[in-house]
Amino acid sequence: MSATVSNPPASGTKQPTNRVEELLSATIRLCGDSGDGMQLAGTQFTNTSAMFGNDIATFPDFPAEIRAPAGTLAGVSGFQVHFSSSDIHTPGDRLNALICMNPAALRTNVKDLESSGILIVNSDSFASGDLHKAGLKVNPLEDGSLKGFRLFKVPITTLNRNAVADIKLSTREADRCKNFFALGLVYWLYERPLEPTLKWIRDKFHKNPAVMEANARTLKAGYNYGETCEVMPVHYRVPRAQIKPGKYRKITGNEAITLGLVAAANIANIPLLYASYPITPASDILHGLSEMKRFGVRTIQAEDEIAAMGAALGASFGGALGVTATSGPGICLKSEAIGLAVMTELPTVIIDVQRGGPSTGLPTKTEQADLLQAMFGRNGECPAAILAPCSPADCFAMVFEAVRIAVSFMTPVFLLSDGYLANGAEPWLIPLASDLPRIQVKHPTEPNGNGNGHFLPYKRDDRLVRPWAVPGAAGLEHRIGGLEKEDITGNVSYDPANHEHMIRTRAKKIANIADDIPLLKVTGPEQGDLLVIGWGGTYGSILTAVERSVRKGLKVAHAHLRYLNPMPKNIGDVLKRYKKVLVPELNAGQLRMLLRAQFLVDAVGLNKIQGRPFLVSEIESKIHEMLG
Amino acid sequence: MSTTATPLRTLTAKDLASDQEVRWCPGCGDYSILAQMKKALAPLGIPREKMVFVSGIGCSSRFPYYMNTYGFHSIHGRAPSLATGLKASRPDLSVWVITGDGDGLSIGGNHLIHAIRRNVDLKIILFNNEIYGLTKGQYSPTSRVGTRTKSTPLGSIDNPLRPLSLAIGAEATFVARTVDVDIHHLSATLKRAAEHKGTAFVEVYQNCVIFNDGVFEYATDKNVKADTTLYLEHGKPLIFGKDRNKGIRLHGLDPEVVTLGSGITMDDLIIHDERAQEPSLAYLLSRMVHPQFPECIGVFRAVERPTYDDMLNKQIEDVIKVKGRGKLDELFASDDTWVVQ
Repeated sequence: MSATVSNPPASGTKQPTNRVEELLSATIRLCGDSGDGMQLAGTQFTNTSAMFGNDIATFPDFPAEIRAPAGTLAGVSGFQVHFSSSDIHTPGDRLNALICMNPAALRTNVKDLESSGILIVNSDSFASGDLHKAGLKVNPLEDGSLKGFRLFKVPITTLNRNAVADIKLSTREADRCKNFFALGLVYWLYERPLEPTLKWIRDKFHKNPAVMEANARTLKAGYNYGETCEVMPVHYRVPRAQIKPGKYRKITGNEAITLGLVAAANIANIPLLYASYPITPASDILHGLSEMKRFGVRTIQAEDEIAAMGAALGASFGGALGVTATSGPGICLKSEAIGLAVMTELPTVIIDVQRGGPSTGLPTKTEQADLLQAMFGRNGECPAAILAPCSPADCFAMVFEAVRIAVSFMTPVFLLSDGYLANGAEPWLIPLASDLPRIQVKHPTEPNGNGNGHFLPYKRDDRLVRPWAVPGAAGLEHRIGGLEKEDITGNVSYDPANHEHMIRTRAKKIANIADDIPLLKVTGPEQGDLLVIGWGGTYGSILTAVERSVRKGLKVAHAHLRYLNPMPKNIGDVLKRYKKVLVPELNAGQLRMLLRAQFLVDAVGLNKIQGRPFLVSEIESKIHEMLG
Repeated sequence: MSTTATPLRTLTAKDLASDQEVRWCPGCGDYSILAQMKKALAPLGIPREKMVFVSGIGCSSRFPYYMNTYGFHSIHGRAPSLATGLKASRPDLSVWVITGDGDGLSIGGNHLIHAIRRNVDLKIILFNNEIYGLTKGQYSPTSRVGTRTKSTPLGSIDNPLRPLSLAIGAEATFVARTVDVDIHHLSATLKRAAEHKGTAFVEVYQNCVIFNDGVFEYATDKNVKADTTLYLEHGKPLIFGKDRNKGIRLHGLDPEVVTLGSGITMDDLIIHDERAQEPSLAYLLSRMVHPQFPECIGVFRAVERPTYDDMLNKQIEDVIKVKGRGKLDELFASDDTWVVQ
């Protein structure tokens, strides 16, 4: 195995034997061209680390285009994994190790590597042509610009080809395995077991023995390169975390939404009809639910976003749970139909996996700037319930809640996820289906009209919820629609006083949901100088920043909203108890605006709108600044 | 009132009337369509509670309020999408879409096309009055060129869509045209639509007495209609005229009006075939427009093809038959799992 390394062993000198260092946690990023298999390698590293027993959090970062020109900056795809022997909540601020398969990947990612961080590059792909595609005039491997890092120039392309030389593969097929070589090397660097990936390779490629053999062999070759070649003097050990005992699996936000919807519909004993239009980053939910036919799940890939919402609403009218998912632009398109769901008071769940906007924006980058759209993005006074999960696994619990609220209050419910949660992964303590909350759905079978045999579709209970009478029930025939209606009878009405009454009634019904949701929990001092409050996928970063600040002796309280409309009943009181309120958001200040408007609190924002999650350090700095 | 299915008795048209006061303009063609719908549905043996009328926005779309069935007055153009979601999840229901030339062909054109191409088991009745009535008189996608309206004071310039040509282009499995005032033909056509399995698309020539009065007079005036309309009958030659002496024959790929006699006999005429697998004949008939041709009234096409809702539900049934019903605990553990002691 030949190699070109920065510091070749001097002849006659015994190299120091490889040292192992124990770490509490480590953050690595694998990056390369979109076609280099970095997402796959990163996912494998994640799975292996999770199964090994570390807590994990991930952040895949890929371009919008399917295949941007190879080797260019636009085509760089990366996968970041933070793995730890303690409880972690973010994919990590700074990288301890960066693996770059080409100059473009190096150029776009090196700024995130900590000083003295490990930088492994595929030295075979730093020829003049590669440099040119990345817009580089000088070779960074040679010009001294990387001297602040522990640079390892590994000829991955060559070593990979050598490893699979006697397997019958074309050069292109052989090169496609090089991500596994890189993965093997990183497994050695962090003492990861090989077996989970070897098993995956056997399962995935059993129909193609040549590829199966090649991938397995090059994985081991990469590992052995680290072990035998003595190129890297140190390797690391990140021990198992103290995790609550139980059975776990890795889960992404989109997977969690898929499972949560199936579970909720199953437990509520109502059929699920899911209709959507493919859109990044929500399409996985359509794919996932299309595979759930054993649960009777019906899926429709509609002709457009509006048809998807229409189909979900039509299904709800028929007694199913109608669900749709999309991203920001799709919510815009659906708004009229969502308004119809509000007016007809039918249970529907509308999932917004938020991404960078406005307009087409940044399809593969995360953001949380649709809160005000969910609150107000319809004509007229048109309230809907809004929920937001705070982590990938929390997507399961919150979509389950969305279903419960939708059917209990006869209302459309927004679930605001985001790209970071959708594609990020963490371990999930698998619940027992029998331990999940019960959801009751009752369809009336008798007329409710004061003994005259009539059915009154808008005769409400004491929570202002109307009955869900469903076609097929004899004697309950009725018509509903988007026109304003007389309360109780549901007949079309333009009466002025009735209209105001209906507006206020629909608003009150949504407000009544507050009686049915948990109070806001605050960690830290019950009152004091500073409360940091967020919503959605920023939870991990905010929590970690607050924890670090508290460890440094600062008095900071932390709360996180998972219910945004209505908000928990105690939020007004909570906000009043702190001298300052900080609202970190990946938008220009949407929750801040709502808090200021509803509670007259002088909330201050920390607003990052760059298509990337918060770094813990950004929030920590702001906390320090606010506490003077 | 019983909580099980409606006891077996035939409905009357009166049973299907809701308690709502009908608010269409006096003389509107919609009254006739409403009356014939009730007459057509009553004897079919479909329980009232199984009928659902879904509409969009427009005068036509007020229809559901006047039927004592389940109904959904939805948003402009979107009724086919609601109806698709409803029928897919409730294949046991008889689902009707009531639309108009604006609702169905302008804002709703896309959804109409997709409902038809999927062959969802829906009955789509399009009330074509060649105008926007509810919004007080703008031209519509079916208005003839030169129609003067509030938004087209110098006459409309758009080439109109022909609803049936569009439906046939989307391969509708049942396509028919009828006329609001031809009450027997109207109720017979609605009955056939109800009995068709798959998307049944019916265009009804409907008179808007306020904003476009008389636009179909050539087809309804008893003195001329024999020469301006051609009633289709499956298996019979295309014949029309007061004296039943005119017909349609094929000239290359085009229809040609001919007079019987002088060497032209019945054998020269096109024989109508509702069940032709290729839609070409139906399409050709849909291109026949007054005054160059008599306009065809009746069933243009009636073929069978698997329906979207049947296939969707069958895929699910088949998977369950082979693999059994899903279990949540198995589903949750379906990815690689590990145990922490």
